Formats: sequence, structure tokens, C-alpha cells
Amino acid sequence: MALLGAEVNVGDLVFRGFAALFAVSIVLVLGAMALQMWVAARPSIAHSGWHFVVGRDWDPVRDSFGALPFIYGTVVSSLLALTIAVPISLGVAVFLTEVAPPWLRSPVSFLVELLAAVPSVIYGLWGIFALAPFLRNHLEPLLGKTLGFLPLFQGPHQGFGMLAGGIILAIMITPTISSVSREVLRAVPDNLREGALALGATRWEALRHAILPYARSGIVGAIILGLGRALGETMAITMVIGNRADISASLFAPGYTMASVIANEFTEATGDIYLGALAEIGLLLFAVTLLLNVIARLLVWQVARAPEGARG
Amino acid sequence: MITRRILVQALVCLPLAASIGCAKPDSAGPSGAGSAASPPAGGTVTLNGAGATFPYPLYSKWISEYNKANPNVQVNYQSIGSGGGIRQISAGTVDFGASDAPMTADETQKAPGKLHHIPTTLGAVVITYNVPGLSAPLKLSADAVSGVYLGTIKKWNDPKIAEGNPGASLPDKDIAVVYRSDGSGTTAVFTDYLAKVSSDYKDKVGAGKSVKWPVGLGAKGNEGVTGQVKTTPYTIGYVELAYARQNKLPIAQVKNKGGQFVEPTAESITAAAAGVDVGDTLTASLTDPAGEKAYPIASFTYLLVFEDAKDRTRGQALAKFLWWALHDGQKHAAELDYAPLPDAVIKKTEERLRTLRSGNDKLLPAG
Amino acid sequence: MTERHWQRKLVDAMVRGLCLVATLAALVPLGLVLYYVTSRGIGGIDRAFFTELPKPVGETGGGMANAFVGTLELVGLACLFGIPPGVLAGVYLAEFGERRFAKLVRFSADVMSGVPSITIGIFVYTLIVLRTKSFSAYAGGVALAVLMLPTVTRTTEELLRLVPESLREAALGLGVPKWRATLSVVLRTAAPGIATGIMLAIARVAGETAPLLFTAFNNAFWPTGLGQPTASLPVQIYTYAVSPYDDWHQKAWAAALLLVGMVLILNVSARLLVRPRVRSR
Repeated sequence: MALLGAEVNVGDLVFRGFAALFAVSIVLVLGAMALQMWVAARPSIAHSGWHFVVGRDWDPVRDSFGALPFIYGTVVSSLLALTIAVPISLGVAVFLTEVAPPWLRSPVSFLVELLAAVPSVIYGLWGIFALAPFLRNHLEPLLGKTLGFLPLFQGPHQGFGMLAGGIILAIMITPTISSVSREVLRAVPDNLREGALALGATRWEALRHAILPYARSGIVGAIILGLGRALGETMAITMVIGNRADISASLFAPGYTMASVIANEFTEATGDIYLGALAEIGLLLFAVTLLLNVIARLLVWQVARAPEGARG
Repeated sequence: MITRRILVQALVCLPLAASIGCAKPDSAGPSGAGSAASPPAGGTVTLNGAGATFPYPLYSKWISEYNKANPNVQVNYQSIGSGGGIRQISAGTVDFGASDAPMTADETQKAPGKLHHIPTTLGAVVITYNVPGLSAPLKLSADAVSGVYLGTIKKWNDPKIAEGNPGASLPDKDIAVVYRSDGSGTTAVFTDYLAKVSSDYKDKVGAGKSVKWPVGLGAKGNEGVTGQVKTTPYTIGYVELAYARQNKLPIAQVKNKGGQFVEPTAESITAAAAGVDVGDTLTASLTDPAGEKAYPIASFTYLLVFEDAKDRTRGQALAKFLWWALHDGQKHAAELDYAPLPDAVIKKTEERLRTLRSGNDKLLPAG
Repeated sequence: MTERHWQRKLVDAMVRGLCLVATLAALVPLGLVLYYVTSRGIGGIDRAFFTELPKPVGETGGGMANAFVGTLELVGLACLFGIPPGVLAGVYLAEFGERRFAKLVRFSADVMSGVPSITIGIFVYTLIVLRTKSFSAYAGGVALAVLMLPTVTRTTEELLRLVPESLREAALGLGVPKWRATLSVVLRTAAPGIATGIMLAIARVAGETAPLLFTAFNNAFWPTGLGQPTASLPVQIYTYAVSPYDDWHQKAWAAALLLVGMVLILNVSARLLVRPRVRSR
């Protein structure tokens, strides 16, 4: 009996030990990633200092590394993507929770999530052969004609550029924002919704005055998650943004993002400083997406978990 | 069911993880007891190489032909750019690198062993463009080429372009300049030329594998630049001749030192290399040469190999492939719009190949 | 009053309409991408596509058989390296986790799922490629596994939490040791849901390009071993897409069709699998 008891214990212990080992490994991998990136980035941090994030001059030949054009390109393309994707995604989320007849909700949400399943490189392929020519021949001339007085829409129509990058990113983050927002809207307690409707509010009024205020922080979290995805997206945007390390006011002009420069230059960077500069970009990207993820999750949890808390 | 599957997977996982560990010494390839053995019968030797996109069409052809003749040798060459070739051979992740730009002193010094440049062929960097409605090849002076890439020439109907092309219907459109986004030997050759013909360019931009272009948009590899020019109207780009030819893109004639507009062909490239001395490094710059028939933006391209191969079998396979490329391979050069190496260069390169070794063993039979 | 009533109704209708328009707008790109991939890719899918190696640059013909096999190989390795640890870590979180440590693991997994895939490429390049001195299928598999890990862990945990406590207690009450109860009762109950999560994770990594660029690299030949550079469909699509050759473009579309097909099948079957069992909400 004692023997059996010991055996049982050993089995449990081993199993538990294994499970714990793999659980630890997740923490370790993340830590190793951060550490290794930091070690690789150190020569560049020492070489460039603050110039790295404010300098505009990316010139490997002269060992001058200012990453501002990449930071700018990443931020602008992501903001452009949010500008397009946020209204659409929120529309989708509201449609799926408040407007659509129940039988339609599940297939439509499946289709929207399929947008996220299409591999990045395929959006890039489509971007090169379908989107960029369309922008060059139709959308950019149209924008130039109607809104050309804004510096945003000036310059030659090349198709490849910030606008193409922003649109591709918008397509790719729409499912993220819409599905998280939908979860958040769903987590809004039904009595809020029903109460508003019972008071004679229309669906829109219930949404605006009862549901959205409640869900606001969660929706902001959804948007930030989308932003995180946009910042780190690599292939599709590399294929359409034009890969030019420059800061230009025009959305028609080519740009460059942090992830793209890593994809393009990482296999070929010679010298510790050059390599370190790319690692430093990776580190920045890593840190920023990490931060955004933390913030976003806290915001989403706040809404999605509150009902239980309220009930308890 | 899932329990069993997981257990099975966990069991499979462990030996696999272990085999990664075992694979290390194996792929790092120490010599020792087994080093004298030739590849086991039926065993395949895979040689991994990476680098320049400039000679990729030719290398790709060579590899296919060589594999037909020697089915047990697979040469996996990936065209990631010359900068990538130098970086990866220096990191030891490939068996050979490739570059059109000779390694700089700094790069040579950082490499973990002595690297040789093995010239393999001659090619040309050509100016290709996409201007709808233009039939005759453009004729460009050095001023026009450097002006476009400096951003001082902005429109296709600029007088500097029109000057060499009387009668051509040049459109009043913005020039969309395309350059290489990756570290590129093609860029190094092109900028070497620009820096020789334009002091303005030399001061503002300078020569190198990746420079900070004042205008344009970047594309990856000769493939990317060619693709960009092919699909986008009013673009101009610089690529290796074979890429423009294979894609039936127009090729500009460039005015050389002798004042002639020269079309890049195997002959005009050979003319550019006439009488050149490659010295002890087996490298030389061919841009802006004197001859009247010479195309002004030609270049050698090189494979980069360690003098001392870590793995004898692979080293030997590589040496044999290089020998084949230097002799049989030259036949394929012209059909793909490259120019065969001059005889003098072949002689010198043969000698160099005979110095390749693994430890104290020479990889190729002497004389 | 009625005027105002009508106004409110109108606004409500407009908002509903806008939501519908937004949904359609979100779906248009999906339709376009699928249309392009199908119409341009279908012509390139033939026997040679699945059986032959790529031809030298500029020659037409040949296929992408090695990339297809390579993708299967890489995804297989990713499953091998990613699923067992992920599932076990999930088991730990759901069944054993002490509060603070479990919180840290959960947090790390969530953060990891947001890490850009390109940085995982850098990580594995430094960790494996530079050490083994070779690009390899192993390295590619590890990179994809790292991508899968957080998804698998969190899915497993969440689904194990849905398993009723009574089941666990019943098993333990029968005198079964906890590890057996967990493996054969708890995990088994949650298996369809976990399998769904895993299939979605596979679908995601099967199309990943960025982390393979510096790890599995590419290869023009059949894979000769797991220690060698290995071709994959996504990397090949990228290479071909940015090339100037029409034949390669055609092949890129065909490969895209194949890849999208694989991903869609995984997604649809994951959905079918989960439907009858877990309607969690």
C-alpha cells in the first residue's frame, strides 16, 4: 500500500514537474528573446545613443544609423490603417451583436475571421498585382484631383507607398479589432441593453448611451491590439510600401517600416554596429508591441471580466 | 485518444531535440577519422551558397546543368544580395558566398578565415525603363544617368535626356526612380560608375553596396527592381543585363568615355575588360573604361570561398564545381547575356583554385 | 413628438445601414483576394506543379514540389516542438498553477502571441542558425513552434477550465492518480476544443513567411535532411512575387491558391469540429 502510494505520488510529481517545466519555458523563451535582442543591440546603442531614434539618416556605408524614417513609416502606416479599420471594424462588431438577425451572425463572423487567416504574404502578392495598380491608375489620381490641396495627397502616383501599406494593414487588422470588440460588446450585461430599450430607446440610442460607455475601455483595448498587430506586420507591407527610408508628408510617397527594414537587411548586415542597429529596431518593436499588448489586455479584461465581478 | 497522441509526440520530441544537438558537430563538419572518405555511394552532397543576384540567372543555369552531370551534388544558391553573401559566408552559415563587389578591408578582416574571390563571369549593369510609347532605345549620357539618380532630373522630357534622343516622343511625366533596397553588388558597381563620372554624385551620395539615394523607391534584388520597372509605367531602374533581356525590357545605350553611345552586349562588356589586370586579389573595377566600344558599367562577379575548407568532402565538391564553372560553365555565359572571362583571368583563377585546401590536403589535383 | 420620433427612427435606421455597409466593406477585400488567387492561380496548378522542382531562372515550366513538401515538413516540426509543450503548459495553468507563477506564465504567453513574427526570426537565427552554422528545417520548425506555443497554451488552458469540476472529482474518487485523471479524463473531454485551437494555430503558422526568411531559408532542391535549408510555400511565394518573370508570377498565384486552400480547409474543419461540442457561451 505504501509502495502504491509512493508510486502514485511519483507519477503525479513527474507529470506536474513536466507541465511546470513547459510552463516555465514560455517565460524563459520570452525572457531569452528580450535579453538576446538587447545584447545584440548594445553595440548600436553605444554607437548611436539617442541619435538612433531622432536621426533621419540611415546610411550603412557611413555607419550612420538614424531609425526615425522607419519609426515614422511604422507609425504613419499603422495610424492610416487604424483610420480606415476602426470605423469599419466597429461597424462589423455592432452589426454582429446588435443589428444582424441571429442566423446571419455566425457565418458573417466566420467570414470576417477568415480575413485574419489569409497569410500575410498572400495579401502582399495581391497588393503588388491588384491593389498597387488600382491605386496608381484610379484612387491616387482621384484623391490628387479632389484633395490635392492637402500635402497628404500630392506627388507622383506610383501605387507603391504609404497609402498602399496603410490599406493592406487596415484589411489585416480589421478582423482583430472587430472580433475583440464583438467579444467586448457581448460581455455588456443584457440588462443594460434591455433596460435602455424598455425605456423606449432605439437600438442606436441604447448603443450610444448605455452600451458604448460601458464597453468603451474594452473597445479601446481592441483598437490597441489592432495597432500592435499593425506595427509588427512584416511581409505584406514590405511588398507594397516602397521601401524607402525617408520622411514625406505625402501618402503617395514610398516609405519604410521597422519590420520591413529588418526583413530586407537582416541577412546581409555586416559589422556589429549595422547588425546592432537592426537588432535595436527589433528591440524597439518588441518593447512597443509588448507594452501595447499589456495595455490592451488590461483594458479588455476590465470590461470582459466586470460582469462576474459585478454579480459576485 | 489525445492522451496517447500527446505521449507519443512527447516521446518523439525528445530524440528529435537530442538529434539537433547531435546534428551540430555533424554539420559543422570536423575532419578526423572519416575525413578521407568520399561521399558514400548514393549519398548526396548539398552545397549551400548565397549572395549576389547579379549573376543569379547564370548560376541557376550552371547549377541545373551541373546537377544533370553530377546528380549527387546539389548546389543550393539563394540570391539574397551581395551584402547577404558576404555576411553569411563570414558567419559560416553557407559553404560559399557570392558578391559583385569585392569585400572591403573591414569585411575581410572580420571573416573567420582567409577568403578568396573567385571571378566567375562578366556582366553589365544596364539602365532599363518603362516609358509607354517609346520605341527606339534611349540614349543616355553620364550626366543624364547621374542626374536622374541624384533627383535633379525629374521629368522624362528633361533637356538632358532629350539631348541624346532627338525625335523621340518623351512624355511630360515624373520619372519614378527604382533602386535596390538590399545591400547589393549591382548597386556597388553602379554607384562606382556614378562616382567616377559625376563629382556631384560622389560628394552627395558616394559609392557602396547600400547607399542613401536622394530619390526613388527601393525593391529587393535584381528581381525586385526588374519587376518594379516591368509593372510600373514611367519607372527607371538599374539591373543586370540578363534580367532586362529575359523580361524583354528596353535597355538604354550609355555614352562612354570615348563619347560613343554603347549598347550593353557580350562584346561591349568583353571590350570593357580588355587588358584589365586583376592583380593578386583577382578583383578589379571595370567601370568607365577607356575603349570606344566598351560599355561603361560592366563588372566581374565573384564567388567567395574559404581557402581552408572545414569539411573535406564538401570543400572538394565545391572546388570541383568551381573548376567546372571556370571551364564548361563559360559556354553558358553568352547565351544568358553574360560575357565569358578573359583567358588571362581564367589562368590566374585556375592557380588560385589549386591552392584551396582542407587542412593540409589540397582539394584539387596539382597541375 | 412624432417628428422627433421619426427623426430618431431615421437615425437608428441609418446607423444600422452604416453597420451593414461596414460589414460589406470588410468582406470585399476577402472576396477580392480569394477571387484573384483563384482566377490567377488555377491555371498554374497542374501535375508538374506538384511533382517537379523549380526550373533555372528565366526558364518556364517546373513546379514547386519541394516547397510544398518543405512546408509540410516545417509545419510538422513546428507541431512536434510546439504542441506537446503548449498543451502541457496549458495543463499546468489549468490544473496546477499557483496563482502568482501562473499569472506570470499566462502574461508571458499573451505577450508572446503579440510579438512580431520577424523578431522571432531574429531570435531563432541567433539561437540556432549561428550556432549550428547552417540554415535548417529545424530552425524553421522551432521558429514556427515559438509562434504556435502561446496560442496552444492558452487554448488548452481555457478549454480545460470548461471541463466540469465534477468530472475531475469523479475520476479522483475512483482512486485514479491525478496525472491519469488529467490525461485520460480531463484532457480527453476537452480534446475536440483543443484540437480546434491547434488546427487554427497550424493554419496560422503554415502561412508565415517572415520568421522563415532567416531560419529555414530556401532551397532549390528536394529537402535532403532536416539540417539543411528548406524551401517553403510562403517564402517561395514571396520570392516569386517580387521577381520579374511572368511564369514565376503565375506560380506564385498557384502556390497562393494552394496555401489559401490549406488554410481554409483547416479553418472550416476546425469550425465544424467545434460546433457540435462546445457552445461555450
